[in-house]
Amino acid sequence: MLAFICRRIALGFMVLTLATASLYVLVQLAPGDPASAMLGPRASPRIKAEFREKLGLDRPMPVQIVNYLIAVGQGDLGIDLKTKKPVVETIAAHAPHTIALVGAALLLATGLGIPLGAAAAVRRNSWFDRAIGLISVSLISIPPVVIAICGMLLFSAHLGWLPAIGAGEGFRDNILHLLMPAFAVGIGWVGYIARLVRASMIEVLGANYIRNAKSFGLTERMVTYRYALRASLSPTIAVLGVGVGVMLGSAAFAEIVFARPGIGKMMHDAVTLRNYPVTLGAVLCATALLVAATTLADILNALLDPRFKENRD
Amino acid sequence: MSASRIGFRVLLRDPMGLFGLVLAAVLILSALFAPLLASHDPAAIDVAVKLQPPSAAHWLGTDEIGRDTWSRVLYGGRVALAVALSATFLSVVFGGLLGLIAALGPRWLDQGLTLLFDTVRSYPVIILALAIGPIFGGGMVVLMGLLVATSVPYYGRIMRTSVIAEASSDYVEALRAMGMGRIRIALRHILPNVIGPILILASMDIPGFIMAEAGISFLGVGVKAPDTSWGMILDQGFRYIGHTPWLVIAGGAPLILATLGFTFLGEALRDAYDPRLKRRG
Repeated sequence: MLAFICRRIALGFMVLTLATASLYVLVQLAPGDPASAMLGPRASPRIKAEFREKLGLDRPMPVQIVNYLIAVGQGDLGIDLKTKKPVVETIAAHAPHTIALVGAALLLATGLGIPLGAAAAVRRNSWFDRAIGLISVSLISIPPVVIAICGMLLFSAHLGWLPAIGAGEGFRDNILHLLMPAFAVGIGWVGYIARLVRASMIEVLGANYIRNAKSFGLTERMVTYRYALRASLSPTIAVLGVGVGVMLGSAAFAEIVFARPGIGKMMHDAVTLRNYPVTLGAVLCATALLVAATTLADILNALLDPRFKENRD
Repeated sequence: MSASRIGFRVLLRDPMGLFGLVLAAVLILSALFAPLLASHDPAAIDVAVKLQPPSAAHWLGTDEIGRDTWSRVLYGGRVALAVALSATFLSVVFGGLLGLIAALGPRWLDQGLTLLFDTVRSYPVIILALAIGPIFGGGMVVLMGLLVATSVPYYGRIMRTSVIAEASSDYVEALRAMGMGRIRIALRHILPNVIGPILILASMDIPGFIMAEAGISFLGVGVKAPDTSWGMILDQGFRYIGHTPWLVIAGGAPLILATLGFTFLGEALRDAYDPRLKRRG
């Protein structure tokens, strides 16, 4: 087990290193040279040359990649062109808002999705099951950005129940400001998780070991919630691990709509100012977050399921 | 009766499938006949009638520079469909090809491709689009490139897994024993057997691509003027939310209907043609 965990973490680092290097190469491949892209079209050739030398862009590509990886490894993501401070500081100031948002969305998705899916599986083919199925598909089909804008129109502009913009001051205010963005990011996942839990529970409920457990005299309730539900957690965790990537994107929409100072909002602002060190640093951080989430999901699954030795497709 | 006919009948008997089929058909027809259905040139600016509510002249009102929203919605549908369908097609082709190569090629190539898939999958797509889109200048080609590149690993992995499973079946062994070449077996026998489920999964990803296009265009790093996108209309609606709710409705409603329609259709297709896939949640 320990070997598996170590191997999985090592793979995570390898993927992250490759992703970082690929991103660097991708940016250098962009049409036009990066110096003019960052300095704007009106920079003089002399300034551009100085800039290129300062960033080491005049060196051969493999050297540049290695230098970049070393810098990133040391936490150096460059300088924020707007504040003139290290990009890491800018990101550190915004990341907590995004992490709180994705965390709240995960909480919503599992807290509602798992019980709904389990209830639907137990009452299979009832009207309740059908209703949950229909609602789930509908929730999945509504883009988070539409939910966010409509939520703001209804609950902030129209009813005035919830604050519309920012992240709030103080704990209670923070929570109030978190409600609508978390709803926008997480509600689609409620439907997704409910369907996933339902499908895997129905499969497990028909398995031999469940029939066995029942014939040994365990109550229906116990069998359902202790064994069947537990077995359906593994695919849920796997999906949510990968789902963090999608949620980070949805979080960007929610942050922009609600002017919540997270990573997505920061990137959106940086794009208009051509503040590329910030946008690229943010991609690396988001990628690291996603790799960490998938790695954690795999490890969690391995710990939950003793048969789970290799990560499956 | 052929299997595809039977499947189509099952699809028509499923109310949600029928609903999805109708929605998708309406969307496709309105995109095809957009020039006939549009009441104005979607790019024609008329500042005298900016931010108007729906009227006889402008069925869905106008935007902040007086362009006709109804016409823009129709042309936005064209873009949404064109991007979603071609991104799906290209992802399946490239992903499928790479997956096939990974499954049947030498071990080092398989490991290399799997690592490549894992690496590309580690980028959060929307966040990547926010950073890369503007550096490459945005627009439809960049958007398509991003969507295809980030979806290829998904199909690559599915194809790889299915081909490996199929390659160990008895009939493949038999063909091999009869002396048939590897490439011929792969293309003539394995591929036709695994492509069906992958195509159904692909049809279920169309709504995802429609959402991604709208989302990235909403962020201002996707489709660019003079092209129109539902995401751009949503963005205008968001910026002028204090003046009129009509732009949000005009951008949001077709987006929801399109994703809903293609989702229902994809699910009904899956249930009709390959119930085994149902487990995918």
